[in-house]
Amino acid sequence: MTLTALRRVTVLRTGPQALVTDLGRPGHAHLGVPPSGALDPGALRLANRLVGNPEGAAGLEVLLGGLSLRAGAPCTVAVTGVSAPVDIDGATVDSHAPVHLRAGEVLRLGAPARGLRNWVAVSGGITGDAELGSLATDLLSGLGPAPLRDGDVLALGADRGVPRGADVIVPTAVVEPLTVPVLLGPRDDWVDDAAATLAAARWTVTESSNRVGVRLDGPPLRRRVQRELPSEPVVTGAVQVPANGLPVVFLADHPVTGGYPVVAVALPSALPGLAQARPGTAVRLQPVRAHP
Amino acid sequence: MGWLASPFVRLLPYGPDALLVEVGTLDEVGAVRAGVQAAALPEVVELVPAARTVLVAVRPGAGLDGVRGVLSDVDLAAVPDRGGRSVTLPVRYDGPDLSLVAETAGCSVQDVVSLHSSATYTVAFNGFAPGFGYLTGLPPELQQPRLERPRERVPAGAVGIAGEFTGAYPRPSPGGWRLVGTTDAELFDPRREPPALLQPGDEVRIEVVS
Repeated sequence: MTLTALRRVTVLRTGPQALVTDLGRPGHAHLGVPPSGALDPGALRLANRLVGNPEGAAGLEVLLGGLSLRAGAPCTVAVTGVSAPVDIDGATVDSHAPVHLRAGEVLRLGAPARGLRNWVAVSGGITGDAELGSLATDLLSGLGPAPLRDGDVLALGADRGVPRGADVIVPTAVVEPLTVPVLLGPRDDWVDDAAATLAAARWTVTESSNRVGVRLDGPPLRRRVQRELPSEPVVTGAVQVPANGLPVVFLADHPVTGGYPVVAVALPSALPGLAQARPGTAVRLQPVRAHP
Repeated sequence: MGWLASPFVRLLPYGPDALLVEVGTLDEVGAVRAGVQAAALPEVVELVPAARTVLVAVRPGAGLDGVRGVLSDVDLAAVPDRGGRSVTLPVRYDGPDLSLVAETAGCSVQDVVSLHSSATYTVAFNGFAPGFGYLTGLPPELQQPRLERPRERVPAGAVGIAGEFTGAYPRPSPGGWRLVGTTDAELFDPRREPPALLQPGDEVRIEVVS
């Protein structure tokens, strides 16, 4: 057996949800294809840099820990996202730093005390058949590989880069209430007093939130325009107000079009925080001015 | 005076890196899409036509001035260049709603087949699911409402009508369109180039198969 054939990891345990992810497949919305990809692209890029990969290499997005990976060959691994316990064969190691795995060793990622998600990069990156230029699992459209199952074996690419040590990298902060800056529009005039209503409310993340969107509970926004909205395009971060008046902030696996008004758009800087917002998290939607 | 002065056109803000262009008709949607596409601005990452709007999204931080400049030069009355793509869709008229459609239109099932299959369609936009094309050009008699109760599962390849559109389901999904037939065409294959058989601007004709 060649060395290349050994370059793989086995997913012994997935935890509640482990997905292959990368930076997604933007640029295909006109074909009906969501962007998908890591909910916190910066965290995936960081994990990849730490292990010496190109920033867009495929890694894992892990929900609420519970992941164990067994190395088939020596490799370097880094875990980013929120603070979470990581060990190799029971010995605690750092997250947010490159750690070395020898063949046969098992890396375990525990559940974070706060927040939801971690990203795991492995040197060489996960390889496979890309769909529209991406290996990312898209839970809305079904593109990309199915969510991982216990026992899945993931092939790795050639280990070419030099892992970067770093001692100043901090986990993603989990703050509450989470303040989400939003730019009003395009359809803020379709609800009563959008700016004041959004800003005044204390919203709560609901259990039905997922990679498609963060669904909020709170005082329903009242629709001012009653006619039907012809389907129009949706972007990541769009704050859509469906028939029940409770806003949804769309994340990476969002539908590309929708028939309900989008009253505001969350700034990209708010997306990492939204990706970590557990059900019950208090959220403020803070209308801000566009940059000059 | 540019078309931005037209009362039917609005540029709506859509987050820090996108604009939503709202126009009055599907033809104008096509004109805007074609005009922006022809300009081939390097910063544009998504150009998404829909029913009465076109989204133009740029690379984060790239700025929208270039897009505004192109938009001010778009001729809304221009017939969009279809890019020379013409697609033939084989359709078997075996849909479960054929009688309902015929009854609503006040004609025979054979008339429905004839009307639906002899029209020339244009892909206005994709949405709902990867490769689901919204086709315009539906004869007025066939412009009918959605089903009162959507089906929980519509099979892949089902051809339906709804409002001013006809289209085909690329994969099994819930759906409320009135189903008139089935196509065996591979509507979406992520490993094919192009992945979607029906793309915005394409002209579509139907070949009746049995």
